[in-house]
Amino acid sequence: MAVMRRVLAPFRETVGFSRWMLLAGIVIVAFFVVLAVGAEWIAPYGYAQKSADGVDFPKLAEPGGDHLLGTDRLFFDVWSRVVWGARTALEVIVLAVAGSMILGLALGLVSGYVGGWFDRILVLVMDALYAFPPLLLAIVFGFLLADKIGAGVVSAALSLTVVYLPQYFRVVRNSTISARESTYVEAARALGAPGRTVITRYLFGNVIHSVPVIGTLNAADALGTLAALGFLGLGIQPTDGADWGFDLSRALDDASSGIWWTGVFSGAAIVLLITGLTLVGEGLNETINPVLRKKRLQKIRREETIR
Amino acid sequence: MSTATAPGSLPRYIVQRLLLIIPMVWFILTLVFLLMRVAPGDPVSASVGGRLPEAALDQRREALGLNDPLIQQYWDYLSGVLTLDFGNTITDNTPITQIVKENGGATLTLTISAMLLALVVGLPLGLIAGRYRDTPADGGIRIFGIVTYAAPVFYTGLLVQLLFLNVFSGWPLLGQSTPITEFTVETRTHILLLDAIIAGDGDAVIDVLKHLMLPAVTLGLLICGIFIRLTRVNVLQTLQADYVEAARARGIPERRVVRSHAFRNAMVPVVTIIGLQVALLLSGAVLTEKTFAWPGLGNQLITYIDQRDYAAVQGIITLFAVVVVLISILIDIVIALIDPRVRY
Repeated sequence: MAVMRRVLAPFRETVGFSRWMLLAGIVIVAFFVVLAVGAEWIAPYGYAQKSADGVDFPKLAEPGGDHLLGTDRLFFDVWSRVVWGARTALEVIVLAVAGSMILGLALGLVSGYVGGWFDRILVLVMDALYAFPPLLLAIVFGFLLADKIGAGVVSAALSLTVVYLPQYFRVVRNSTISARESTYVEAARALGAPGRTVITRYLFGNVIHSVPVIGTLNAADALGTLAALGFLGLGIQPTDGADWGFDLSRALDDASSGIWWTGVFSGAAIVLLITGLTLVGEGLNETINPVLRKKRLQKIRREETIR
Repeated sequence: MSTATAPGSLPRYIVQRLLLIIPMVWFILTLVFLLMRVAPGDPVSASVGGRLPEAALDQRREALGLNDPLIQQYWDYLSGVLTLDFGNTITDNTPITQIVKENGGATLTLTISAMLLALVVGLPLGLIAGRYRDTPADGGIRIFGIVTYAAPVFYTGLLVQLLFLNVFSGWPLLGQSTPITEFTVETRTHILLLDAIIAGDGDAVIDVLKHLMLPAVTLGLLICGIFIRLTRVNVLQTLQADYVEAARARGIPERRVVRSHAFRNAMVPVVTIIGLQVALLLSGAVLTEKTFAWPGLGNQLITYIDQRDYAAVQGIITLFAVVVVLISILIDIVIALIDPRVRY
């Protein structure tokens, strides 16, 4: 109960537009989670299905009739691809964000606590990774992993993990360094607590608070990078899953001949989900970050001050 | 202690930042090299295998130094980059520097015009949103900023193309110019727009500008979302600062408080932001170029990715990464020159 109250606290503290944004974001993200989880029941066909009941799908059919949003160049049903795409996108993002979060936390904690040359080398590596334009880094890893373990959900998630790892590392390492100097850590060390205990019991809880906000904002970014990888043909292959970015790259060829339905919907799904994640992230940021929080006037209790 | 090297002095800061370039660039080069070399098999047969006789393949391998020991290849690569030689492509055996010379101008034209557009649109909108916080104007501008940033450039590009195809049919959608312009304008700077201006060919200039508009708007929209968000947040923060309160207390009219106290201080971090956007701008340019068949470096990069040309991908990515590092460090120095607080 107390935990629930703490989780909901930032939401109850929000006012006006920020609260509305956070709510809208949550609704949008929830909608896509429903699509992703229930893809089997919501999508009329499979993501790589070209025929039903022995009848082949038409190529590039206009929206309407059996195919709500039409069919594309590969005979796939566009609406089904949009629904299944939600599953692919959320799978990759959850894996990537969780991966970079866990790795970043672990490396940041150890690096900040241990210090010395280990810390210096890690900082240099992470700074260089951070300086690398994210999309290019994702391209390099996507390019390699596509050759090495085949393009798929795992390789896309791995490329994104590497791209977003430095952000968590930096934040966690810096707060670890400042927490390390505090008296409670000194006390624990004076009592003879081993490094393991200090890190897990004293530092972990004190550095983790900034991680969720980075997580939601990164998730939005990661989805954009995933779409770009798909667009460049380094994402998920069309027979392994529905990739919104891949469908868009195909749709671009159709556009000049006036065929609009193959790309417009998968693109809209990307925009909507990124917007939803950004709204959640920004809403949280604005309520948690005291600099941005709107100051509300406190009521002065007369009786107390007079007495 | 001489003042020039005292901690917090400007020359010392500049030297520090400049020295940082060396390990950063070295690390990026090593990273790219290692990544490209752990790839399975041999890059030559991966890209042109089956299309050339075995003897020719071996010749390519020899020319690329792939038969040398790894440490030798690493050394050749590093010393090559130092002399601005980024190697040759495998597929068509072109020097990367040649590609940069021929296609770099198009990328430069696109990125600069997109950046200008983003600034012209993004900064005023961000200021307005921050000034009139929580009003419908703020809400509208924020949504606009979030959605334009959320939309992948290739999606915005697709929508723009569909719009122009149906509403302004006949507007050029793809490429940098019509073939006639390409053919008649004499190549001098490898920047087609500049060449056309130098040649004094009015029709060619208009043709190039018409082709430039859609990609520049598409890429500019992506970047302007960031400017809106960050300018807005900066204005919010400066409006709450003590010196703004103090200015108000001194009875300075609100208009002036907002203009010369809040806005002006809010603009300082924006310079930093412009620097940080170089990475995004380049990434966005890669995708925009592909979307509009714009003959820039990004388009070349994607072509070579499709052909599995490791040497070309390695060369172009290295170049991009080095450019980003150099620009971000230069921007750091420029900011230190503007804002003395950074140095301490």
